Amino acid sequence: MNSRSLVSIEDYSKEEMLEVLELASEFEKNPNQDLLKGKVAASLFFEPSTRTRLSFETAINRLGGRIVGFSDASSSSVTKGETLKDTIKMVDNYCDLIIMRHPVEGAARYASEVAEHPVLNAGDGANQHPSQTMLDLYSIYKTQGTLENLHICMVGDLKYGRTVHSLLQAMSHFHPTFHFVAPESLKMPEAYKLNLNKLNIPYFEYTELDEVVDRADILYMTRVQRERFADPLEYEKVKNVYILRNAMLANTKENMRILHPLPRVNEIDPDVDDSVKAYYFEQARNGVFARQAIIAKALGLEKQIAR
Amino acid sequence: MTKKELQVSAIENGTVIDHIPAGRLFDVINVLGIQDMENAMTFGANLKSNKLGKKAIVKIWDRFLEDDEVNKLALVAPSAKINIIRDYDVVEKKKVNVPERVIGIVKCMNPKCITNSERVRTKFTVVNDSPIVLKCHYCEKLTDQEHITVL
Ligand SMILES: [Zn+2]
Repeated sequence: MNSRSLVSIEDYSKEEMLEVLELASEFEKNPNQDLLKGKVAASLFFEPSTRTRLSFETAINRLGGRIVGFSDASSSSVTKGETLKDTIKMVDNYCDLIIMRHPVEGAARYASEVAEHPVLNAGDGANQHPSQTMLDLYSIYKTQGTLENLHICMVGDLKYGRTVHSLLQAMSHFHPTFHFVAPESLKMPEAYKLNLNKLNIPYFEYTELDEVVDRADILYMTRVQRERFADPLEYEKVKNVYILRNAMLANTKENMRILHPLPRVNEIDPDVDDSVKAYYFEQARNGVFARQAIIAKALGLEKQIAR
Repeated sequence: MTKKELQVSAIENGTVIDHIPAGRLFDVINVLGIQDMENAMTFGANLKSNKLGKKAIVKIWDRFLEDDEVNKLALVAPSAKINIIRDYDVVEKKKVNVPERVIGIVKCMNPKCITNSERVRTKFTVVNDSPIVLKCHYCEKLTDQEHITVL
């Protein structure tokens, strides 16, 4: 077990989150730094996720490190019935850092207990995806100049969406006001709302999007997926309610920015893309800097970063 | 002990676990691991109880349960009352206190959890006392009182 792993966003204190954001902005200024020269990172994708893998591997490459691994479990010994423990023990012998994505929830926490080297969770089923959360935070920080006292509006699938749950946990350190916009069957789960009550964080719930966009500093859009509805008729009823169109931005705040973890389906109309308030493509670019920062911190290289 | 409670014969020295909900007798046996103890024991099932309707009792001869053992009962029989008996007298009454962490006793109710697909010892933090809610150390999902299954 090692304490430098990042498995869940809750592994970071408020101070550590702010530190990583600082480091990310240094990497944005100087993306190519040979901090990982002579180091090997394992990139273990037990299920495919091209977007996340490319982002992590770009981060490693920009830091001058080398990568071993696989992009899909079918090309690994996992299909021969090897346990996760054995795979991790083996890889841990070869490398300095393990980046892993796995369909089983809790797999990354378990790996971090089995490995000597730090484990970075690149997604464990529906559970956590902390590097996504850090890039979301970095995007909010960059566009708003602060994380404090913001109105965060979350839209779409708030029941199953792991990115919104992790962002909720992370933003809870910074005195936010939350606005939840979701169809009845995909509402924010009670457990999260109870926790907000405990922390005295105000939140409001809506079923219509147009009611609330004008109040938001951050509009965090997510996919509303057909598979999530037991009744296909209900999906047909709500799918168009949660589509953001350029015309709806007319009276929104000047500083408001639209985020989306991507890929999108149809929840943001392409006519929004040209708005200065559309931030989702830059958000993805921020992912590399946030991951460089996470990697540098995990390996204890913070002091060697060029500033 | 009063005569009324003596539906199962008295013991000279040991522990009496009373007021176990009738359906939870085997969970209590499992949680405490008493099937592996060599001490003499008596089990009473479906006894009359004013509080519970029907209850179960466990008596273990010459074994005095410690607090951390007693607290394991919080998961399956929080209403249980524990009497420590010496020389046929109750010398100590113990109440079940909810522990902060639960390790290796119950199953995570999330079928997609690593603890259900690989041999990993379960670990939970107790996030609520009554009713009991457990948060899995691995998948971070909650398991509530009615879904608690003893391993
Ligand atoms: Zn679990």
